[in-house]
Amino acid sequence: MSDTSKALANGNIIRMEGIRKVYDTGKIQVEALRGIDLEVDTGEFVAVIGPSGSGKSTLMNLIGCLDTPTDGHYELSGQSVAKMKKDELATVRNRRVGFVFQNFNLLPQISSFENVEMPLLFGGVSRRKRHQRVEELMERVGLGDRMDHKPTELSGGQMQRVAVARALAMDPDIVLADEPTGNLDSSSGGDIMELFAELWEQGRTMVVITHDAALARRANRQVEIHDGLITTDTRS
Amino acid sequence: MIHPGSFVKQLVRDLRAQKLRTFLTTLGIVWGTVAVSLLLSFGQAFHTQMIKNIAGLGNAIVIAWPSVTSLPFEGLSKGRRIRLREDDIELVRKRATSLEAISSEYTDTLQLKHGKRTMAVDVSGVSPIFGEMRNMIPVMGGRFLNPLDEAKQRRVAFLGDELAETLFGSSDPVGQTFRLHGSPFTVVGVLKPKEQDSSYSSRDKDKLIIPGSTFRALTGEKYINLFIFTAQDVQRTEEVTDEVLAIIAGKYRFDPTDREALMIWDTTEMFQFMDAFMMAFKMFLGIVGSLTLVVGGIGVSNIMSVVVEERTPEVGVKMALGAKPRGILGQFLMETLIFTAVGGFIGLLITAGICALFPSLGLEEYVGIPTVDVQVAALTASLLGLIGLVAGFFPARAAANLDPVVAMKMT
Repeated sequence: MSDTSKALANGNIIRMEGIRKVYDTGKIQVEALRGIDLEVDTGEFVAVIGPSGSGKSTLMNLIGCLDTPTDGHYELSGQSVAKMKKDELATVRNRRVGFVFQNFNLLPQISSFENVEMPLLFGGVSRRKRHQRVEELMERVGLGDRMDHKPTELSGGQMQRVAVARALAMDPDIVLADEPTGNLDSSSGGDIMELFAELWEQGRTMVVITHDAALARRANRQVEIHDGLITTDTRS
Repeated sequence: MIHPGSFVKQLVRDLRAQKLRTFLTTLGIVWGTVAVSLLLSFGQAFHTQMIKNIAGLGNAIVIAWPSVTSLPFEGLSKGRRIRLREDDIELVRKRATSLEAISSEYTDTLQLKHGKRTMAVDVSGVSPIFGEMRNMIPVMGGRFLNPLDEAKQRRVAFLGDELAETLFGSSDPVGQTFRLHGSPFTVVGVLKPKEQDSSYSSRDKDKLIIPGSTFRALTGEKYINLFIFTAQDVQRTEEVTDEVLAIIAGKYRFDPTDREALMIWDTTEMFQFMDAFMMAFKMFLGIVGSLTLVVGGIGVSNIMSVVVEERTPEVGVKMALGAKPRGILGQFLMETLIFTAVGGFIGLLITAGICALFPSLGLEEYVGIPTVDVQVAALTASLLGLIGLVAGFFPARAAANLDPVVAMKMT
């Protein structure tokens, strides 16, 4: 765990108050989020569920600092990010957040090693440390023997494991996943779920958007969104 | 920030994926570079050659011919003949303050005898400084006239290269003798062939030059035909000319503004005109070449726009992983610059090749020898750099301004 997350242990890692997001398409305005209040503690495993178009992905983009809210207050690891500039947001994404996407979003032309190495490059990590870190992560997701393979030479499950390794590269405070099992068969999906459960047990904060009831059950907290608002929030 | 190795890999990959477009675009840059550098090289060579040709006449000299007054002055009527002697030249040499050098020139056509051959040649009697002023450089093994020749009225001669050829063929003329106006003369030097595109009497290669003192003794001539002089500072040639005019006019009592009493040909004006003309000419060539290069730049800008479009999802992913907009901008800009640099390098090589082959065409006398010198290369390179930056900037900025959320979905 990084120093920040240790310092914040038992504190809120995500604190959102009155978050609104309006998409202005010119002719019409679409209010995707209509006032979200959400607090996530360090070490929680949150599943965000809800029908398509409910605002789940918008929420995920805001949590991951890929986008900024129209209104409201958002603190990530004690840092207010709502009004940050593009370069600052890039740094936050690089250091605090690890993304796992439904369609993996690996770059197809470079090896899985180079894919995992990318966040370390953007973070300015030295070559020696990069290599050490990538090897360690590839071993951890069980692909130590696939480092030179390009994503196209891997199965869907393997690709998603490379993506998880990449998400962990900079040792982020939070792992953010958007339908991580959505494009996988049930067996590969199960592997990813196991991996997520492991990460959580090791004390990492996880926020997962999913339709997958099995994955949602693994989480200790389920947040349901409807029409841009949180309707239920249950801890198991 | 960007991994150099993966960066080169990325570039090669992009270019390979777009072989035809890459080829055509590089061709645009290569062509533009060839156009710019070739035009600049030829412009430069042409300029150098023009200067060389003019310099055949002399180093920024002013030529003055005493003639006939055209204005009445201090009660004297117009139409008086002004005739100058050697002591007038001495007077000017002593009085004119910013004068660098001055030499009188006596001319006549005299009979020359060598062996069985008899011919009429144009002979000039001059001061030893004349050789330097008129860029008369002797071929190795000979010399121009010297002050002792002048002081002792030696019967020595300096020959134009064609005259020497006519008289002595392939044998070395230096040390050989001939008779001029009935007196024996010894050859001390032969003119090293030079380009000369203008003259005020016959061309130097046909001339026979002897000391002024010898000329006077040989022919009994008292009056000079003309004199030439130079200013210490070329920029002040006009002032010096006015000063010389004032000195002569004062002594011979004619109006110093009388343009005919002492006719003047200031060859430095020709240099100044040539400089201005060549500057305009080179600018014209440069602009034509640059425009061609700009067209090439537009091609590069186009291909980079396509590359950015194709790599939009990748840019989105990189941004999600923490790549800064600045880094993305730098990456595409760098790619464009490498693109232009490679095209430019090939272009310069082609130009250098053309320049290397050019002398075999034998057009040197007219257009000189074009070379890709440092100036041409530097100018072309900076132009290429500028065009690369501009061509790359807009696509690169478009990439840097992408919204990562939208970009990632563009698969």
